[in-house]
Amino acid sequence: MAGKNCVAIAGDTRFGVRNQTVALDSNRIFKINNRTLFGMTGLNTDILTLRESFKFQMNLYNLEEEREISPKTFAHNVAQTLYSKRFGPYFITPIIAGLEGEDYTPFLCATDLIGAMEFPKSFVVAGTGEESLMGVCETFYKENMEPDELFEVVSQCLLAAVDRDALSGWGSVVHVLTKDGITTKRLRTRKD
Amino acid sequence: MQKGGFNFDLYQRNVELIEKNNYKVPKTTKTGTTIVGVVFSDGVVLGADTRATSGPIVADPNCEKIHRISDYIWCAGAGTAADTENTTGMISLQLELLSLSTGRSPRVRTALTLLKNFLFRYHGYISAALVLGGVDFTGPHLHMIHPHGSTSTLPYISMGSGSLAAMAVLETGYNSKMGEEDAKSLVHQAILSGILNDLGSGGNVDLCVIKHKSMEFFRNIDTTNSKRKFRKKLPYMFKSGSTKILEKEIKEKMEKMEIVNEKENEIEELEEL
Repeated sequence: MAGKNCVAIAGDTRFGVRNQTVALDSNRIFKINNRTLFGMTGLNTDILTLRESFKFQMNLYNLEEEREISPKTFAHNVAQTLYSKRFGPYFITPIIAGLEGEDYTPFLCATDLIGAMEFPKSFVVAGTGEESLMGVCETFYKENMEPDELFEVVSQCLLAAVDRDALSGWGSVVHVLTKDGITTKRLRTRKD
Repeated sequence: MQKGGFNFDLYQRNVELIEKNNYKVPKTTKTGTTIVGVVFSDGVVLGADTRATSGPIVADPNCEKIHRISDYIWCAGAGTAADTENTTGMISLQLELLSLSTGRSPRVRTALTLLKNFLFRYHGYISAALVLGGVDFTGPHLHMIHPHGSTSTLPYISMGSGSLAAMAVLETGYNSKMGEEDAKSLVHQAILSGILNDLGSGGNVDLCVIKHKSMEFFRNIDTTNSKRKFRKKLPYMFKSGSTKILEKEIKEKMEKMEIVNEKENEIEELEEL
């Protein structure tokens, strides 16, 4: 979700195989650089593969360009990587959140599994509970939220949606990205 | 690093996952869509709605469906969103290189041939239905391209899930001696008809008017359908501290250290040698 010169990504930390919970601490939100956060949901093996693949590509980018990638360019990179596997795709739904340019304007991008991008100004959702999340975010979202309020809104949205989704939960993590750095907070969720 | 073209590495694994393990595949974003094109006396008008759906859910209420192929050749796309974006992007790239190497401004017919050949190679698996319109030195042109690679050249075209609703309006209102304002109004009404009557289309109306060496893009010319009438006046307020936190970690932004002195030393050493 986007606020005033800040963005937040929240996700749960359950890793399961259909109805069985396998791990309670799987992290699916990764920091690309000081300005970009990248989250994925879907098949865990593809999440791990792509995390390594993008880490490699970003290291190469930093070495070649001698600067950090902007969130918009990274989003296009993700879309291109996903579309190259158009007929045999990675089963993931990624979300990119970042702060773009000198003014730190919030940038949000969500793509589908084959890289069709959308750039909303308010919020993006993904995962097994995405329909609940969409409803709750649509209701609680306000424009120009300060980081503190953004954290509260994002947390409440996630907690509400996770309660209504059997496959999500067992812990959650919220990252709030501002020009001064990233604040990571872990929340208590229902353990069922 | 990577060869051009599509990568089929994961195809086998995906087939097994779907068939043997009953994996629930994430949905692709489609553009249910109403797209329309009309030729008038001086040029072409293209119109599109702005809704992108993912199953029954609206993924993007305000997406852009009219893509630029070249300055005066534009293309509206229906079907799988990733396919329309990437196909039009690819052909735009090829057309630019072609026009640079031939030294001539691109023709609509060239874009048409590139698109139909590309789509035919994939036998409909790339689900992109396109309305291609533009003005080149031979005059205004309008074409429709189906996902399997067949094309038609017509004075007025509608495609997408809302094409029937739009075509009804076009058939009633079209005449071959239309001017710019009439054509714009006709396309606007056709898209609106698609938005109102088709569930896969919605959002705002986008219009693109192309004439000789001139292009006007009216993004969100009509937003009456996206304004929510009964929005709660007072927003929900969450007081700071209403969410209970288990752990908190703050990572300050790391400043990049400039190692200027070391470089100077290196240069000195070389000079000595």
